[in-house]
Amino acid sequence: MLTLDGLVVEQEGFRLEAGLAVPEGAICALLGPSGAGKSTLLSVIAGFVAPAAGRVSWQGRDLAPLPPGRRPLSILFQDQNLFPHLTVAQNLGLGLRPDLRLSPADHARIDEALARTGLAGLGPRKPGTLSGGQQGRVALARALLRRRPLLLLDEPFSALGPGLKAEMLDLVRGIAAETGTTVLMVSHDPADARRIAPLTILVAEGRALPPAPTAALLDHPPPVLAAYLGK
Amino acid sequence: MMKSLMIAGLLAAAPLAALAEEKPVLTVYTYDSFTADWGPGPAVEKAFEATCDCDLRYVTAGDAAALLSRVLLEGQNTKADVVLGLDTNLTEQALKSGLFAPHGETSARFNLPVAWDDPVFVPYDWGYFAFVYDKTKVKSVPASFEELGKSDLKIVIEDPRSSSPGLGLLMWVKAAYGDRAPEIWKALAHNIVTVAPGWSEAYGLFLKGEADMVLSYTTSPAYHVFAEKDDSKAAAPFREGHYLQIEVAARTATTQQPALADRFLAFMTGPEFQKLIPETNWMYPAVTPAGGLPAEFQALIRPEKALLLPAAEAAALRDKATEEWRAALSQ
Amino acid sequence: MARGPVAIDRGAIWPGLAVLALVLALVLGPLALVLAQAGGAGAITAADWAAVRFTLWQAALSAGLSTVLAVPVARALARRRFAGRAALVTALGAPFILPVIVAVLGLLALFGRAGILGRALTALGLPPVPIYGLQGVLVAHLFLNLPLAVRMILNGWAAIPPERFRLAAALGLAPRDVARLIERPMLRATLPGVALSIFLVCLTSFTVILIMGGGPRATSLGLAIYQAFRLEFALGHAASLAALQLALGLAATGAGLMVLRPAAFGAGRGLASLAPPADPKWLARIADALAIALLALFLALPVGLAALAGLAHLPGLEAEVLRAGARSMVIALAASALATAGALLAGQAIAHLPARSGRLADAAAMLALGVSPLVIGTGAFLAIRPFADPVRLALPVTLLANALMAFPFALRILAPDLAALRADYGRLSQSLGLTGRARLRLVTLPRLRRPLAFAAGLSAALSMGDLGVITLFSDPAQATLPALLYQRMGQYRMDEAYGISALLMGLSFGLFWAFDRMGRKDADA
Repeated sequence: MLTLDGLVVEQEGFRLEAGLAVPEGAICALLGPSGAGKSTLLSVIAGFVAPAAGRVSWQGRDLAPLPPGRRPLSILFQDQNLFPHLTVAQNLGLGLRPDLRLSPADHARIDEALARTGLAGLGPRKPGTLSGGQQGRVALARALLRRRPLLLLDEPFSALGPGLKAEMLDLVRGIAAETGTTVLMVSHDPADARRIAPLTILVAEGRALPPAPTAALLDHPPPVLAAYLGK
Repeated sequence: MMKSLMIAGLLAAAPLAALAEEKPVLTVYTYDSFTADWGPGPAVEKAFEATCDCDLRYVTAGDAAALLSRVLLEGQNTKADVVLGLDTNLTEQALKSGLFAPHGETSARFNLPVAWDDPVFVPYDWGYFAFVYDKTKVKSVPASFEELGKSDLKIVIEDPRSSSPGLGLLMWVKAAYGDRAPEIWKALAHNIVTVAPGWSEAYGLFLKGEADMVLSYTTSPAYHVFAEKDDSKAAAPFREGHYLQIEVAARTATTQQPALADRFLAFMTGPEFQKLIPETNWMYPAVTPAGGLPAEFQALIRPEKALLLPAAEAAALRDKATEEWRAALSQ
Repeated sequence: MARGPVAIDRGAIWPGLAVLALVLALVLGPLALVLAQAGGAGAITAADWAAVRFTLWQAALSAGLSTVLAVPVARALARRRFAGRAALVTALGAPFILPVIVAVLGLLALFGRAGILGRALTALGLPPVPIYGLQGVLVAHLFLNLPLAVRMILNGWAAIPPERFRLAAALGLAPRDVARLIERPMLRATLPGVALSIFLVCLTSFTVILIMGGGPRATSLGLAIYQAFRLEFALGHAASLAALQLALGLAATGAGLMVLRPAAFGAGRGLASLAPPADPKWLARIADALAIALLALFLALPVGLAALAGLAHLPGLEAEVLRAGARSMVIALAASALATAGALLAGQAIAHLPARSGRLADAAAMLALGVSPLVIGTGAFLAIRPFADPVRLALPVTLLANALMAFPFALRILAPDLAALRADYGRLSQSLGLTGRARLRLVTLPRLRRPLAFAAGLSAALSMGDLGVITLFSDPAQATLPALLYQRMGQYRMDEAYGISALLMGLSFGLFWAFDRMGRKDADA
């Protein structure tokens, strides 16, 4: 279980409070108007931004002392998820050993992950030669290899067309189900939430509310969400 | 057991130590071009070691000023037995430090244009400052500072704040003209193309053709005759006389080898050392060797009057003279 | 993303802070030792203050002129493509890395009384170019620094994302609009850094000011320090003056950084994938061609003349000179490695520190530009003597001093790219636990190939030119090439000196070119 306990985030002219828990294995969307702090909240959980108060814990363990790379999570950003000068296989390899001193067994696992994400045979290519969808799959394959119990998605697929995006979300759902991964996903499209996230955290007016069932929330939105959804 | 081993070791080492001690070491501090392959250093070392049964070791600094700096910094702890290469602009500072001791060398009869009876510093070579020009280019040669100031000739001089020849020129004008020095400098202002940081830069500019004359030494033309078979360079004799630069050596007050150091100073004024000087340092030897001077030195001008302010007086004058120079040339 | 209370990546910071601490120790340590030896500071005289005024005045003029004149040339180079452009961009490093005396003699071979222009004017019955005086100081400083300013600004142009120009083209913006909307903000960000760097370089100028200055009106703080050390043996006075020089450098850096973070010396991206739109009007074409041609001539003639003067004497050089050349190469490569590695670590720390502390660290690093070789040399002598024979350590001291001198330049080159790297890939690296040596090997080195090569090449070439700090304990048996050059000049052997300077130029530029070339070998994306 991911717990945000009396969390306060402060940045120049911006404040966000959060007190909530996300059950293990859940897929949970973060919805809310832009600028509400959805990405910032993920940054705090991932360890890039230090909270002004409160704590983030996973299975009861405070994450504060851990640097981002040691936290039990993987994160996919909006862009720059891959190093353009490294091959696809090397980019995946970073998920296993950040120093890239890979054993034959590691290479086998990389090939396996490539196959699982529909990228078989693309290992030697550089990311620049791949399509947007393929790049997203590489990033997901790496998250798969890292086997961290928590996956944070900061709109990594927002640049993809609707069809491709749906495909990627389904891939996320499949992988999460297989591995029991807990997923937190920032989105500004309610359809994304409906598609794979049974739970939704509403981030608005300086607060992140505890997760609520997505369908109910979207069918009967509170006023702030209604305004955002244009209802 | 341990003790006897140590004693055995000491006994074994003793003959070696005695062997090393057999030859006393004489440490001579000097500037680095003295010890360069083509400088007098290597031949001097060989010749002196052949007579002294000692080990002569050079320790070098970049130039005369760096040499004195080093000795001053080391103070009482200096390893130098002899310091060779100070010039008359530096001796006052050296003397005041108390780091140098009177020498025992007295027998030499110096061929200097001035009487020399300094108890501490022993000269090994000397030269006159002079303006050097190209005979093929300069037709009417000035015979004094006043004539130079009236001419349209362009000259390069050295800065007295950064170089020994520059300071020498300052003292030359002061020694020749006294209180009229500012007036002379004002008259020279339009002749001066530029003021170089040191002799090398000034002479380089002159050879490149940037000026008609350069402040150098009366002996400079000899180099061009000897090394380049070029007799076009000459020094202009000045009526008011020429200022001297004398290069000296001295033994330190802290030397553990006073006798050997004195022996070196005596050797320095002897023929073997002195005959090396003209064609390595391009200065006059302090004691003319029996065979006389090399051919290329014969044609050089010999000024009739030599100028040299006593070291203490020159040192006392320096700040005022520099300020006069600066003020006159800054207008 | 605003820089809020961000979790600090300590692993990226402490090695760089250690480097900065070492740099500060190397800058301030010798000064403290000299002060201690002197038993206190000496008073600064009225003549010293006059020197300070002229020093500041000429440095400000040199920096301003170089910067202003560099803009049209850089713009012309940025928007025109022609044969030999890449070679010209590389050659822009040449004057900066020449030993000063060689550069000055080269300039005089063009502008001097006996130079090409001077003789031509005399033949026409005209007076020679009045090259000696403040104008001469400025011409020499322009010659030494303008090319570098052009290259820095050119890199600013190259760093504008091609998308901006594409957008401008799509909107049909005229060159005037492009200048206003895209180029002016870039210049606003770049120029203060360019001007500051040149100001700092000219602040410690000494030989140029004396030779080109034409008389005691043109004087400098550097000369005052030299005088105090070498003619007066007044260590306290020398230490005060050296501290004043450092303080002036620090004040200038502070003021410069307040205006803006200094932009890069640039990453050597001479060949951007998309050039800014070339103004098709014939007037603009002529202006651009003229700007490029004038710069090329202004560079090539003195450098060529200086090289020519020595070329004939190259075959006659003795084995001793060649050995000194090899020695200088080794020192240059080692100093370059030290300076570049140090700058990489320091730059990384600066990029990862909160903005304000980053600037402070940056300013501290620039202090190394204000050091006096005499203070470093004397300090090193005082530091080593109680423990060892300084002569034995002459070469290591030279190496360290050269690395220290090259360090701020390497840092200026690397800092902006390190900041960009952090912005682009910092979080990704952190999220993957990619830190320390692995990050250096897998991300930093491959991504920063070009600026690293440029920094290493410039550092190596600068080190070939030598700082000459070891006059107190120089050993002719281990002389470096610049030391031999001066030694030969001091012994009438001008021809040999010219030969040595040609060799020195060849080696310096060869090193610079080889590194630059290495950086251009294209890494993917």
